[in-house]
Amino acid sequence: MIAASAPVKEQKNYLNAENGLKSWLLTQDHKRIAILYLLSVTVFFIVGGLFAALIRLELTTPAGDMLDSNTYNKVFTAHGVVMIFFFLIPSIPAILGNFLLPLMIGAKDLAFPRINLLSWYVYMLGGTLGVIVLATGGVDTGWTFYTPLSTTYSNGYVVLTAMAAFVAGFSSILTGLNFIVTVHRMRAPGLTWFRLPLFVWAHYATSVIMILGTPVIAVTLFMLMLERGLHIGFFDPAYGGDPVLFQHLFWFYSHPAVYIMILPSMGVISEVMSTFCTKKPFGYTFIAFSSVAIAVFGFLVWGHHLFVSSQSAYAGMVFSILTYIVAIPSAIKVFNWAATMYKGQVRLTAPMLYAIGFIGLFTVGGLTGLFLAAMGLDVHVTDTYFVVAHFHYVMVGGAIMGYMAGIHYWWPKITGRMYNQLWAKVSCCLVFIGFNLTFFPQFVLGYMGMPRRYHVYPAEFQVLNVLSSGGAAILGLGYLIPAVYFLWSLKYGAPAGDNPWGATTLEWQTSSPPPTTNFEVTPVVTTEVYDYTNAEVPHIV
Amino acid sequence: MQEHSEHHIVPKRVYALVFATLIVLTWVTAWVATVDLGAFNIYVALSIATFKASIVVLFFMHVKYGTRLTKFIVCSGILWLMFLLFVTMGDIWTRSWMGVPGR
Ligand SMILES: [Cu+2]
Repeated sequence: MIAASAPVKEQKNYLNAENGLKSWLLTQDHKRIAILYLLSVTVFFIVGGLFAALIRLELTTPAGDMLDSNTYNKVFTAHGVVMIFFFLIPSIPAILGNFLLPLMIGAKDLAFPRINLLSWYVYMLGGTLGVIVLATGGVDTGWTFYTPLSTTYSNGYVVLTAMAAFVAGFSSILTGLNFIVTVHRMRAPGLTWFRLPLFVWAHYATSVIMILGTPVIAVTLFMLMLERGLHIGFFDPAYGGDPVLFQHLFWFYSHPAVYIMILPSMGVISEVMSTFCTKKPFGYTFIAFSSVAIAVFGFLVWGHHLFVSSQSAYAGMVFSILTYIVAIPSAIKVFNWAATMYKGQVRLTAPMLYAIGFIGLFTVGGLTGLFLAAMGLDVHVTDTYFVVAHFHYVMVGGAIMGYMAGIHYWWPKITGRMYNQLWAKVSCCLVFIGFNLTFFPQFVLGYMGMPRRYHVYPAEFQVLNVLSSGGAAILGLGYLIPAVYFLWSLKYGAPAGDNPWGATTLEWQTSSPPPTTNFEVTPVVTTEVYDYTNAEVPHIV
Repeated sequence: MQEHSEHHIVPKRVYALVFATLIVLTWVTAWVATVDLGAFNIYVALSIATFKASIVVLFFMHVKYGTRLTKFIVCSGILWLMFLLFVTMGDIWTRSWMGVPGR
């Protein structure tokens, strides 16, 4: 090698600071732990996606010709359990939140780095239990584990599945605890609460839900295990229990759990909107407080899942009204994002396309939620494909669109490389089209009366089901292409530079990828948040 | 940050006293279970249990000596438990008001 043309020595960063498997498995660096989560969460996303593919394949014909009824029950249960407990709940907080929270507040790490690593191991333990269930024959209760099916009649591995979700829950409690303490105690000098990026506010609100709600699902699943295993009566009337009590306890967590999925996404959208409209988000304080309002009021609406149970009609009325009220803070956010775009200097990059897609799809998901909050209409569409379409618009159209927007937005920071914008935009369009083709027909199917969780259906529903399955194939392709160009970018992508988008938040002021300690010098914040007066706005193709 | 972070030293005597109280109340719980107080059975048992839990949280878990933020977090946990219990009971208390149609 000729000394004169020796390459410039590569800068030390969190990726190349140490090498070897051990340096990753024992790391306490929040950025490396985020990468561990990225890899494992992606594996679960693929597994959950394969189960979705089986469901859509089976539903292309009205007869139950591919899977028998019992297997079909196990397949949709596996899809739900994997996607909810092992993909959606940890996705944005444990990957992007973990990576970005310390960077955004100018800290060296989270408050408890060891607890952070522990949370990943706990998550992996829960995941392993889940995989054992899948490998040994599965479970057929649906992800909701309703009693008395789960406690008395199901033949599957209910206790082990409940244990998997129980264990994974502790990982989410640990993450929430870590985030709350970090935001309170580790903000850089000058970084007041109202200078925090909206992503941090969203994660703070999410963490509150995680630590106040998750223990309830843990206790509920524990009670379920006790009743199934030891016949201690909580839910079985024969032992003096009440089966609807299970639904109360389950949804006390599981409705707010939807906000654990969607609030971090909303945080991503606020960041992306601000950067690519080159403007402080319209109504910053309203967006910040609406996150907190969602976290609090989201806990008081769970009874809307019980309208067709023996729940009292009076309780139902209160839950119905409260559900309408909790839509207000979400609407505030949507209107504020739209107002941010108004007269903004909008740049239609790939993350921005995903963010705009989020607004459209989340709005449909949210508004159909109001249909379901109406007690009379809910009787008609309960347990139909209308509900399935509604929550997929919220969780896939909302939460996953936000996750994709976030990954595309922060990829240059995480890896130091740019990906191909054109391919990213193409795949975003595929996702948007495929998604709507998959789930819009399901609204119609549900309204026409097709129940969820059945694989045999009347022949007149076939056209809409085939449309839905075709859409799912396009959607799957839309998720596959990013895997290719992201991997490609790791080797061939152009170096990103510190701040490729011209963003103003702190994480863009350090190098890409950041050094292990995040900042060479602890930043001191002297300007207001999202101050674009001196920002350079690069042109991105 | 304004909160002081040095640890408050709790005298051993306080721990011993709390421990003794917990033991005594455990005996009381067991004894009271043998006495039939009618409708009050449940209230007495729950009161003793709540009192025991409170002194554990306040002294063993140091919440009494914690910052206002710590106390706020503990109180919000209790408030959320109240949400869960009272709103769920709101269903159970009012279920029979409307009656069953056709019966
Ligand atoms: Cu709900």
